[in-house]
Amino acid sequence: MPVGGVMARKKSQSGALDSAASIPVAGGGLLDRRLFLAGAGALAGAGTLLWQRPVWADTLAAAPFSLPPSMLHPGKPFSNYGQPSPHEKTVIRWISANAEVTGNGISWTPLHDLEGTITPNGLHFERHHNGVPDLDPKTHRLLIHGMVTRPLTFTLDALLRYPMEQRLVFIECGGNSNAGWNPEPIQTKVGWFHGLVSCAEWTGVPLSILLDEAGVDKSASWLLAEGADAAAVSISIPMKKAMKDGILAIYQNGEKLRPENGYPMRLVLPGFEGITQIKWLHRLKAVSSPVMTRDETAKYTDILPNGKARQFIFVIEPKSLIITPSPGMTLPGPGLYQISGLAWSGHGKVAKVEVSADGGKSWAEAALQEPVLRYCFTRFRMPWRWDGKPAVLQSRITDEAGIVQPTREVLIAKRSPNDYFHYNAIVKWSVADDGSIAHVY
Amino acid sequence: MSTRAKSMRAKFIGAMTIGVFVAAFCVASHAGPVHEGPKLGKPATPEEIAGWDISIPPDGSGLPKGSGDAKAGAAVYATKCATCHGAKGEGASAEELVGGKGSLATDNPTLTVGSYWPYATTLFDYIRRAMPADAPFSLSADDVYAVSAYLLYLNGIVGESDVIDAKTLPKIQMPNRNGFIEIYRP
Repeated sequence: MPVGGVMARKKSQSGALDSAASIPVAGGGLLDRRLFLAGAGALAGAGTLLWQRPVWADTLAAAPFSLPPSMLHPGKPFSNYGQPSPHEKTVIRWISANAEVTGNGISWTPLHDLEGTITPNGLHFERHHNGVPDLDPKTHRLLIHGMVTRPLTFTLDALLRYPMEQRLVFIECGGNSNAGWNPEPIQTKVGWFHGLVSCAEWTGVPLSILLDEAGVDKSASWLLAEGADAAAVSISIPMKKAMKDGILAIYQNGEKLRPENGYPMRLVLPGFEGITQIKWLHRLKAVSSPVMTRDETAKYTDILPNGKARQFIFVIEPKSLIITPSPGMTLPGPGLYQISGLAWSGHGKVAKVEVSADGGKSWAEAALQEPVLRYCFTRFRMPWRWDGKPAVLQSRITDEAGIVQPTREVLIAKRSPNDYFHYNAIVKWSVADDGSIAHVY
Repeated sequence: MSTRAKSMRAKFIGAMTIGVFVAAFCVASHAGPVHEGPKLGKPATPEEIAGWDISIPPDGSGLPKGSGDAKAGAAVYATKCATCHGAKGEGASAEELVGGKGSLATDNPTLTVGSYWPYATTLFDYIRRAMPADAPFSLSADDVYAVSAYLLYLNGIVGESDVIDAKTLPKIQMPNRNGFIEIYRP
């Protein structure tokens, strides 16, 4: 807790500090987050610290120490479009699709294989309802109609001449993390459990410019959005949100959208759940009330114990996850580790992330890596000295709206164990004395 | 365009004409994001809109001509739907569509068209746009009405010979019509 930081500073001034081990900030070996900050070397004698990192179970020994062969021969030629190293072939999206309708399913972002906050375009999670359409940017059009003064169509060529804005935002499927509703904790890599969320820089035309051009009627408080895919996925979104910060995105991390992320254009609604951010967008209809499509009634609604269901949930509730270490990784031995993870909230910025290494008895605030942006992944880091004994690691976000990530018990009490969507409870990893890591409730 | 934006544009043009590019840039940079496009939208004709507007809201506006009943729907269902949704809508590789009546407030809620869907119009809207998955938009309006009627019949909501069309479909009171609580507050 903050007390620990104060304690550490005092010790530093006295010159009595010689090891990070001297500055625990919470139980279970959590250390002062300022270990990571510039100038903290003096604080903790960081130069002498022996940092460890978790390893995957199948990690191989290093090659003998001699001049690498790559220094003895010319390398490969240039490439028109770079690909990941062949050695990174295992860094993939995990596909889980319907057996009969193979275009209906999901693929998970391998969060456990990634660092930082930006999801590479080829690894952005997918949720398709009936495959990825092959759309020709020369013939694709966007229609804006309904309760507007001037129904309009836009070609991509026309849209490319409009003023654009970019937004670094996460997109999370409302069904992400839903194995958390299972009665038993799922044992899998963190990306295959929580990887229906990704974060990218999206660039495009502010929706308000296009809607203003069409002249939206004052009583049109909803906007029906529809994709040009083989499920014609459609959803009603609040006009206010579309006008406030909706983007008709054309670029993803600097390049044109990937086909599986909506090429040539998609909606981006910062902080809203993925289903609302219609890919392959081809129609926007201004309406006075929701159309009550299948995906806003039968799906993405939360059944409660009394039989009623929550509808039009939209805003992603705060969530955080420890990604290093996480199940599948092993701690090679006692020592100093960096706990690292992601936090995000559809209500805005991450205000703080706390970490516990003793099963929730004590917590300490993690370092948040700048920049901390609204509706964007925030990476948190925390130094931890593992003593080789069993431990339980967990993280807890508080967002700028003051909303705290609930425990699983609290979430289930508030909702229902029969729910399917919108799971954002605290996630716990147990560390065994052999360094193996498991998911626990 | 807002008065402020007009004033900004006027300043911008004025500065450009006297060649004070630096000053112009400074003015523009304080105006914030530009909130006006080049207005390149092309007017959409009623025919163009009619061809694309496939959304059916609860009041049923936009429902096409045609009709069907559960008897006709059973035949459509058997050839187009049963492989994935089961012979009687009990579910197979795709989800169940029938049953779950009275289950929502129990420990094992079963969410189906009959137990959960609040509006019958959603059936027409969704089946036409998305089903069957291997050939969306391949069913005629009569077929979509008929298969909607069949699913409503299997769920005990309409009779086997009730004719479902643009007039009758929106009038159907679904059992869970009032089962939803709207969460979003703008």
